[in-house]
Amino acid sequence: MWSIISLLVENKPGILFKVTNLFRSRNFNIDSISVGVTENPEFSRMTITTLGDEKQVTQIIKQLDKMIDTIEVKRLDEKMSVYRELVLMKIKVSKPSDSMEIMNIAKAFECEVHDVRKTSIMVELTATPDRINAFEDLVRGFGIIDVARTGICALARGGADES
Amino acid sequence: MSGARSLMVALEKEGVDIAFGLPGGANLPIYDELYKSNIRHILARHEQSAAHMADGFGRVSRRPGVCFATSGPGATNIVTGIATAQADSAPMVAITGQVPLKMIGKDAFQESDIIGISNPIVKYAFQPTSATEIPEVVKKAFYISSTGRPGPVLIDIPKDVQQNEAEIPFPSEVKIRGYHPWVDPDITQIERAIDMLLSAERPIILAGGGVIISGAFAEIQSIAELLMIPVVTTFKGKGSFPENHPLSLGPIGMHGHAEANKMMTEADCVLAAGSRFSDRSVGTFEEFEKRLKIIHMDVDPAEIGKNQTTTVAIVGDVKASLRIMVKMLVQKAIRRNGDYPWVKRMKETKDYYRENLKLHDHPLAAAKVLRKLREVLPHQSIVTTEVGQHQMWASLFFDVIHPGTFFSSTGLGTMGWGFPAAIGAKAAKPGVPVVDIAGEGSFNMTENSLAVSVLDNLPVIVFIMNNFSLGMVAQWQRTFYDRRMMAIDLKNCPDYVKIAQAYGAQGIRAQSLDEVGNAVKTALKSDVATVIDIPIDPQEDVLPFVAPGTPLTDMILPS
Ligand SMILES: Cc1ncc(C[n+]2csc(CCOP(=O)(O)OP(=O)(O)O)c2C)c(N)n1
Repeated sequence: MWSIISLLVENKPGILFKVTNLFRSRNFNIDSISVGVTENPEFSRMTITTLGDEKQVTQIIKQLDKMIDTIEVKRLDEKMSVYRELVLMKIKVSKPSDSMEIMNIAKAFECEVHDVRKTSIMVELTATPDRINAFEDLVRGFGIIDVARTGICALARGGADES
Repeated sequence: MSGARSLMVALEKEGVDIAFGLPGGANLPIYDELYKSNIRHILARHEQSAAHMADGFGRVSRRPGVCFATSGPGATNIVTGIATAQADSAPMVAITGQVPLKMIGKDAFQESDIIGISNPIVKYAFQPTSATEIPEVVKKAFYISSTGRPGPVLIDIPKDVQQNEAEIPFPSEVKIRGYHPWVDPDITQIERAIDMLLSAERPIILAGGGVIISGAFAEIQSIAELLMIPVVTTFKGKGSFPENHPLSLGPIGMHGHAEANKMMTEADCVLAAGSRFSDRSVGTFEEFEKRLKIIHMDVDPAEIGKNQTTTVAIVGDVKASLRIMVKMLVQKAIRRNGDYPWVKRMKETKDYYRENLKLHDHPLAAAKVLRKLREVLPHQSIVTTEVGQHQMWASLFFDVIHPGTFFSSTGLGTMGWGFPAAIGAKAAKPGVPVVDIAGEGSFNMTENSLAVSVLDNLPVIVFIMNNFSLGMVAQWQRTFYDRRMMAIDLKNCPDYVKIAQAYGAQGIRAQSLDEVGNAVKTALKSDVATVIDIPIDPQEDVLPFVAPGTPLTDMILPS
C-alpha cells in the first residue's frame, strides 16, 4: 500500500541524511522524496512516498516523529490532500508524423512543450503520479530518451484548524 | 573565554564531577582545560572502555556519564560503547575532538565522520561550529540524554572551535521544539488496564528495563501485591522486583527461568511495563498472543506496536503511570486475594521446576558457584555481567534481592562491557561492593581496565567463571552444529591470576566452593581490585534454552 508522509523538520544541515538513514536502518522503503524550505526559513517540508502495510507505515511515522529534528509528521489522506509530481521527458521523434502525434498527446495532458527538435521533443507535465504514468504509457511507443521526475510533493487540504 | 573552557564550565553547571577518557591531538584544548578544572578525570586505556565506564556510571547514578575521545581512531573506538548505551537506553554524553572546521571533508589526518558514523546509534549528535554554541549544546545534550527514553548523545567539537576565544553566553534553559519527552499518561487507559487485570483469570506482570530506568520498584511491587499478580521480568528488567519475593518468577526469554516462561505462556493478560518485547525475551509470540491481552506501558511511543500488537497502550514515564495505577487501586480500595487458582498454579509451577529441574553435576557447576556468590555478597552490592553463558547463568542462578542493582549489556550483548561498566558503577557508588560476573573471553577484551581500577582507586571484583572457551558459542556449536567446535578454544591463556598481579591487583584462583566463598570475602575486604579465577566445567550448557525463532513453550530442559 502506498502512503504519503508529510514531514516538517528543522532546516539544518544533515537532516535529509538522518531521515533517509532512518528509513535504511529500519529497513523501510522510500519510493520518492522531495524537500524544500517552507514559508518559515527555519523549517523544511519533506514529502515522502513509501510502500508498506499499515503496521509498517504507523511504525515509520512514529520513528520519524521520535526524531528530535522533526517538528510535525502527518500521513496524508489521498482524498483530503493535493499531491503533484513534475516530470520532464525527452521523447524520440523518428519520423515526421511522430512530432504531430506527440504534440497532440501533450496537448491532451496539458503539458508544456519545451524543446522541439527534429529528433526529439521535451515536455513538462505536472500531475498526479497516475496521470504521469498514463502519459508515459502513451508515449513509450515513440521511445523515451530521458526522464526526470521530482517525486511527489503534497499538502493537506483545508485550513490549519481543519487538519 | 575559549570554547574548551566554556565546555568545562558548562559541564560543571550540569553537575559533572567525573569523566572518563583518553586524549589525543584533536581534544588537547579540552584536556588542557580539564587540567585546570575540578572534574575528576579517569584515564582509560582504550576509548571503548571509557565509554563503557561512562555507561556504567550513567546506569547506576541515573544521570549521564561523560566520556572523552580524540578524533579519528579515538572517535571510532567509542562507537561500540555508544551503541551499547543506545541499545540499553543508558544516559551518556560522549565528547569527541574533531579536526578543525576548515579541514573537515578534506580527509585530514585523524579525521573521521563520527557524526555520520554514529547517526543510527545515538539519541542525538551535535557538532558546534562556533565556541559561542558550546554551553547551549551541552545543556541540550544533557537534557536529551537524561529525559524521556534515555540514551547517548554525542558532541563532536572541531579543534578550532575548542580554541576560539569569544564572549560565550550560558543559557539557563534550553528549548528544543521537536522534542517532547514528557507525556502525561492517559488516565482512561490506566482505568481500562485495571479493569482488564481484574477481569483476567491469569494476569501476569512483565517488568522490563524501563522499570529500572525510571526506578519504579515500589510501584511495581505495590501493584503485584495489591492484585496478587505474579511477576516475570525481561532480562534487562532482572531485579526490578525482588527475586526472593513469593510472587517473583524471574526473567523470561531464551534463557529464562522455566517457571517464568511457563507462566508467561499460560497467562491471559500481561501488564508489560517498560519492555520492548525483544526477540530474546518473547521468542515467537504469534500464536499465543491471540489469547493474550497486552497492556503496554512505555515512555517511547514508537515502542507501542513495534514488536507487538497491544490491547491497551499507556504512553508515558513508567513510574508515573504505575504510580497513578497504584493510587487508583488504593483510592478505590481494590484488592485481590491470593487464593485464586492462578496464584496456586504459580506456586505449583515454581515448586515443580525448583524440585525437578536437574542441575549440572559438577563440584563447580554454575548454579553452585553463583549461589555461593549470592550467599557471601551483601544485598545492596552492584552486579554487572559480561556476555555469554556466565551472563545467562547469572540470570538463572543469581537472585537480585535489592531492586536496581543488576546491570548487563542486554540489548547489544557487548563482550567486554561488564568490567569497565563495573568501574563506572563503583565511581557512581563508591560505598557499595561492585562485582563483574565474567567469562574469561569477555574479560580478556577489556581487562586492561585493571590499570584504571588499581590506579584510580576504584576497586571492583571480577568473578571469572572460566571455562577456557567462548562458552556460549561452544554451546551453540554443540546444540546446532553437530559438535563441530570451531574457534572457541581459548586454551587457558592468559593466566588471569598473573594478569591481575601484573596490574597490581589481587588475583585469586578458587578451585572449590569454599575457596570461592573465601575469595569473595577476601575481595570484599580488599582495597584493590580482585580477580577471582574459577575453573568451571567447559561442558556445562545453559539450560533451559529456547532456540531462536521458537515460542517460549518450546524449552529445552536439562535431561
Ligand atoms: C564483542 C562481541 N564479540 C562476539 C560476541 C559473540 N559471543 C557471544 S557470547 C561469546 C562467548 C563469550 O565467552 P566468555 O566471555 O568466555 O563467556 P562464556 O560464554 O564462556 O561464559 C561470544 C564470542 C559478542 N557477544 N560480543
